[in-house]
Amino acid sequence: MTLAPSHLIVAPVVLPLVTATILVLLGDANRRAKGVVNIGAALVGVLIALALLSRVDGPGAGVYLASNWEAPYGIVLVADALSTLMLALASVVALCVAVYSEARWARTGTYFHALFQVQLMGLNGAFLTGDLFNLFVFFELMLAASYGLQLHGSGWPRVRSGLHYIAVNLLASSLFLIGLAIIYGITGTLSMADIARRLPLVAAGDRGLLHAGMAVLAVAFLIKAAIWPLNAWLVPTYAAASAPVAALFALMTKVGLYVIVRLWTLFFSDPGPSSHFGAPVLVVAGLMTLSFGTLGLISSMQLRRVAGYSIIVSSGTLLFAVGIGKASVTAAALFYLLTATCSVSALFLLVELMERIGGDTRPQRRADREVDEDTNLDDDETPLVGRAFPLSLALLGIGFMTCSVLVAGLPPLSGFIAKLALLRSVLGFDTDAASAGPVPAVWWFLGLLLTSGLAATITLARSGIRHFWRKDGASAPQVKVLEAVSVCTLILCGVGLTVNAERVLHYTNAAAAGLHSPAGYIDAVFATLPRPGPTRPDLEPAP
Amino acid sequence: MEALLAIVIGVLGGSGIWLVLRPRTFQVVMGLTLLSYAVNLFIFCVGSLAIDKPPLVRAGVATTLENYTDPMPQALVLTAIVIGFATTALFLVVLLASRGLSGTDHVDGTREEEP
Repeated sequence: MTLAPSHLIVAPVVLPLVTATILVLLGDANRRAKGVVNIGAALVGVLIALALLSRVDGPGAGVYLASNWEAPYGIVLVADALSTLMLALASVVALCVAVYSEARWARTGTYFHALFQVQLMGLNGAFLTGDLFNLFVFFELMLAASYGLQLHGSGWPRVRSGLHYIAVNLLASSLFLIGLAIIYGITGTLSMADIARRLPLVAAGDRGLLHAGMAVLAVAFLIKAAIWPLNAWLVPTYAAASAPVAALFALMTKVGLYVIVRLWTLFFSDPGPSSHFGAPVLVVAGLMTLSFGTLGLISSMQLRRVAGYSIIVSSGTLLFAVGIGKASVTAAALFYLLTATCSVSALFLLVELMERIGGDTRPQRRADREVDEDTNLDDDETPLVGRAFPLSLALLGIGFMTCSVLVAGLPPLSGFIAKLALLRSVLGFDTDAASAGPVPAVWWFLGLLLTSGLAATITLARSGIRHFWRKDGASAPQVKVLEAVSVCTLILCGVGLTVNAERVLHYTNAAAAGLHSPAGYIDAVFATLPRPGPTRPDLEPAP
Repeated sequence: MEALLAIVIGVLGGSGIWLVLRPRTFQVVMGLTLLSYAVNLFIFCVGSLAIDKPPLVRAGVATTLENYTDPMPQALVLTAIVIGFATTALFLVVLLASRGLSGTDHVDGTREEEP
């Protein structure tokens, strides 16, 4: 093993930390330089994530021993297939958000860039860490930065929803600590791999307490993942936040889901007394969340709230998929996670651009030529032919249409492929084994998932009609190049996922297979040995 | 001693939850603070309670948990205290901003109806 690849694993945490420090030191003076540093760091982050992604082969995990201490005594960072996939997703969304915010929002406050990088560090760290307490620290970093970002731009709606958001998350952090303490009290370790290894050895009398600890811990993550009924905070908070921040926050619900996927597959995959603990709760809660999100979609008139509820819909879908606990379902769910996150982030950015479409107060420019009798006239007796149609409006319309197709999961884009793959795997069509047939919950899921797609189509079409086909004439919104580029990139990611669906699904299949046989992860963590060096002179060099 | 500590944690946690559910922002802050005290004490005691057993290695004493208390919860509780303190301070700032913008300390920023 050479020096570079293993140190690459810690780079997604170190890079934002260093960048944030530089950005704080730059102060308020040089805004252009700060913007360049921020986008540059985000771009390097994407390259690092892609480099890590290209190194991951199958279920094997790259393990980084922080400070050269072996597991379970030291803190390990683990870059397995799932972690790198999440890193890549986070870095791409972050790059688009960084570019977008440079057009306008970054100028609203002094420390936007620094907070942005700290949030990124928390996200990346949470995806990489292999230690529960370290996960808590990265969670808190991510949340502390998100409190500042949520309030970015100030104003009463932001402060009001921010107050609720912070209170809910502080409570969730308390639950996180309680769960963590119980698990430490029973297993005597905080390393995820070590806990997974010791789970079968837990005494029967302690198992109830252990399950209670796991459940308390799960509630903390499920609050972040916006499970019903603990998701009342989400829609007001995301709707009030500025557009780039809301797009970044779309990633944060996925962190909660990531942790649930990681811990539940690691701890409860193997047969034993704790096998599939809590799965029925996840299935039922997923269905309830899906129903709640669908009702919310139909009932919201504001496009920002529509975007918020589509996050809840995707959370419900993913929670159900995790609850089913089959490798094929997890693989489809990971693909769904990718496309849902990209499309909802794009939607949050688009919403702000669409809200700039104002009613045209200027007098309508009449065509110079005479109006013939058979000319197509609109309500104001103005010829519809020959009227200039602004380019930005056209681009926005196409972008919104594509994004709606992605969010609602209509053919031919990746949202549809993801839903199809999910339904295929939950119904069991992908296996030829003669099973007993799907359980009733699966039929409920089928109905609710399709209904949620219908609800998203209706509500997005309604919003599109209201924004673009205005009676008073839609005036061209001011869209800057940076904004257009970032939104287009996110939408093109969705299109790219469609084109490369087979390759991506192949990757997620391998990732899910690795997740559902956790022995590979555990062995990789414990097989990584510290290297001889100044701090460990007693070690023999590795053969 | 276990019973006493359990009662203390229970009382702190119970008061914290009651206060968090109150409609005034100041009560919510106090509730979150009490809850974090309860959680910190809880973390502190998971390593089992022991008197006169420092978590530091002394010369000539065998390094087993017979002679020492578990140092891990003490390290965890230190981190948890610092993080909890920082986030509570941040929450206080938002509370003040909310008070300034709405003119009331109700969590929703709405004035209650006069009876």
